[in-house]
Amino acid sequence: MANIKLPAHKVEELKEVCKQFDHQGSELINVLHAAQGLFGYLPAEVQELVANELNLPLAHVYGVVTFYSFFSMTPKGEFPISICMGTACYVRGAEKVLDEFKRLLNVKVGETTPDGKYSVSCLRCVGACGLAPVVTVGEKVYGRVTADDVKGIIAEYNS
Amino acid sequence: MVKGRQLNRLLFTDPETKQKVSDSKEMGFYKKQIRIALRNCGFINPENIEEYIARDGYAALGKALSEMTPEEVIKEIIASGLRGRGGGGFPTGLKWDITRKVQAEQKYVVCNADEGDPGAFMDRSILEGDPHAVLEAMAINGYCTGASKGLIYIRAEYPLAITRLKIAINQAREYGLLGNNIMGTGFDFDVEIRYGAGAFVCGEETSLIHSMEGNRGEPTVKPPFPSESGYKGMPTNVNNVETYANIPVILLEGSAWFSSIGTEKSKGTKVFALAGKVNNVGLIEVPMGITLREVIFEIGGGIKDGKKFKAVQTGGPSGGCLTEKHLDIPIDYDNLLAHGSMMGSGGMIVMDEDDCMVSMAKFYLEFTVEESCGKCAPCRIGNKRLYEMLETISEGKGTEADLTRLRNLAYVIKDTSLCGLGQTSPNPVLSTLENFQDEYNEHVKDKKCRAGQCKSLMQYVITEDLCVGCTLCSRVCPVDAIAGEKKQVHLINQELCIKCGACMDKCKFKAISIQ
Ligand SMILES: Cc1cc2nc3c(=O)[nH]c(=O)nc-3n(C[C@H](O)[C@H](O)[C@H](O)COP(=O)(O)O)c2cc1C
Ligand code: SF4
Ligand code: SF4
Ligand code: FES
Repeated sequence: MANIKLPAHKVEELKEVCKQFDHQGSELINVLHAAQGLFGYLPAEVQELVANELNLPLAHVYGVVTFYSFFSMTPKGEFPISICMGTACYVRGAEKVLDEFKRLLNVKVGETTPDGKYSVSCLRCVGACGLAPVVTVGEKVYGRVTADDVKGIIAEYNS
Repeated sequence: MVKGRQLNRLLFTDPETKQKVSDSKEMGFYKKQIRIALRNCGFINPENIEEYIARDGYAALGKALSEMTPEEVIKEIIASGLRGRGGGGFPTGLKWDITRKVQAEQKYVVCNADEGDPGAFMDRSILEGDPHAVLEAMAINGYCTGASKGLIYIRAEYPLAITRLKIAINQAREYGLLGNNIMGTGFDFDVEIRYGAGAFVCGEETSLIHSMEGNRGEPTVKPPFPSESGYKGMPTNVNNVETYANIPVILLEGSAWFSSIGTEKSKGTKVFALAGKVNNVGLIEVPMGITLREVIFEIGGGIKDGKKFKAVQTGGPSGGCLTEKHLDIPIDYDNLLAHGSMMGSGGMIVMDEDDCMVSMAKFYLEFTVEESCGKCAPCRIGNKRLYEMLETISEGKGTEADLTRLRNLAYVIKDTSLCGLGQTSPNPVLSTLENFQDEYNEHVKDKKCRAGQCKSLMQYVITEDLCVGCTLCSRVCPVDAIAGEKKQVHLINQELCIKCGACMDKCKFKAISIQ
């Protein structure tokens, strides 16, 4: 795997976070949350850094990163699109909405468009079932989405 | 009330239900509800501790610390009949008593706010709308069990709830309601937040504890129960958010009042997240013993678009489908279990005639396959095989023998899995097999899906007599599967058709139908 050069100031920030948690191995998940917040994802280099700082085997860190779906080892698109596939959304037609995103952006679930702009992923119940089906783009929430709305949603970010 | 409205704006699910109920359905929606766990949600500003205190907040903690011994508090909780709202239904007072009786230097109080059931959001609403109720109850628990540390394990997907909790914890510390020497009684108790990272199995209490320790969230065999050996090997009392939210009210109003609500073995109320094909969706809090009919047709305002009710799924991926014939059964822990479903954490999804039961079972199984932690073989491999069989059936390639194999494997998984996830994961399959046998038969024998959801089993066709040749359908078809000249009858090429349904939605002459 090609090595990525991590920005030095972010590396320092992450070390600072580890220090705040007293370099405790039991704080691994909290540290990983912070690391993902800093770098956007958790490439091998970040995992190595965390393993060193918390004095844990790299395999343990990798084991934890891969166990939890919230942690990602690939960068997300500039506008991460998430389609809720929770039960309420599914029953109200989320699958059709997902199919339309996949078709229009020509990517599979978990992929990012070649220009790095959009990524498509599925979520489990964001707790807004009353608005089902729900789509989120970054922090923005769209409710009652139909396949017809998809084009418009993508266009909003296409400038 | 002004403050209440302010909150509703922030709780973005609420205006929904509010709008819905402010029309003619208002009576039905509220009449059957009793608000205990949700008593303050929407009525106070959750970021202001004084509003909570003004509604008797922290009075129960005060009463416990100054007037009652830990044994007396526990006795009161046991007498109330409160059972765990996180799914299992274990008697809460009893759990507290077990934790209390174990001798240890340090004990922990844990609040399970992982809420992984897709389609459920009651814990989120309580934490966002009334975080102090949970903190107060955890402190009461600490007093009873002899723990001085509390931990809240919350999903990272709930940022607003996390923010509100942090504010609440800081305010409680400022007011001397958390920290050392609470209310001058010498009792010490403080609370910390721990984050989940998107693994459903972490809602299981042993996994949750491993996750809080910074490990992969894989369950371990019980016993030992967390009450005996939990976080860092110490006695740990784990309860659900909604369970905690009931505690202060029980201490203030008394166990006799609480136990007057509900059925013989299930007391009090339950919050459900009503969703799916009903007119009114949202959070509801109803007394135990209410019937599904009352919930769906009175509170829920009946099925959307005048369609026919088919089934209701309770208990999420661990639960089962109940049907027409179960509509008049009083809802409580034991009745739901007896009929092949369970209370679960409170998801309630209503389905109508357009929902295919094989697809439904497949949907839940897909969830389990993805969320199985992989530690034990029956769950890891068995559920995958179950899923594949359902896939075969929904593609029209299943046989009757598959149905028997499906059932047999489901029982093996139930009996041999390590944790509650695997032990309950076949429930959606078993309950649909039991209640919708004929629908499974249709899929395997007649290769038909009556709901029109199994794509492989359906065809979009144009009825010659109705088609006027407007060309609208061929223009919307994303794969150019529709041929036909202007003003001539159009024809769908079944080999190309990806069954997206766009043409049927567009045709103004109702010439396109599913066969
Ligand atoms: C797979 C699985 C997932 C669970 N998820 C949750 C959950 O999200 N929230 C919860 O409170 N309990 C969950 N539970 C139940 C917990 O293990 C535990 O019984 C509960 O938190 C105890 O609290 P209670 O007695 O107040 O219900 C889950 C159990 C299993 C087996
Ligand atoms: S039953 Fe499933 S989730 Fe539970 S321990 Fe086994 S593999 Fe893991
Ligand atoms: S269902 Fe979709 S793919 Fe098939 S003919 Fe109609 S528009 Fe085309
Ligand atoms: S199922 Fe989509 S928000 Fe709950």
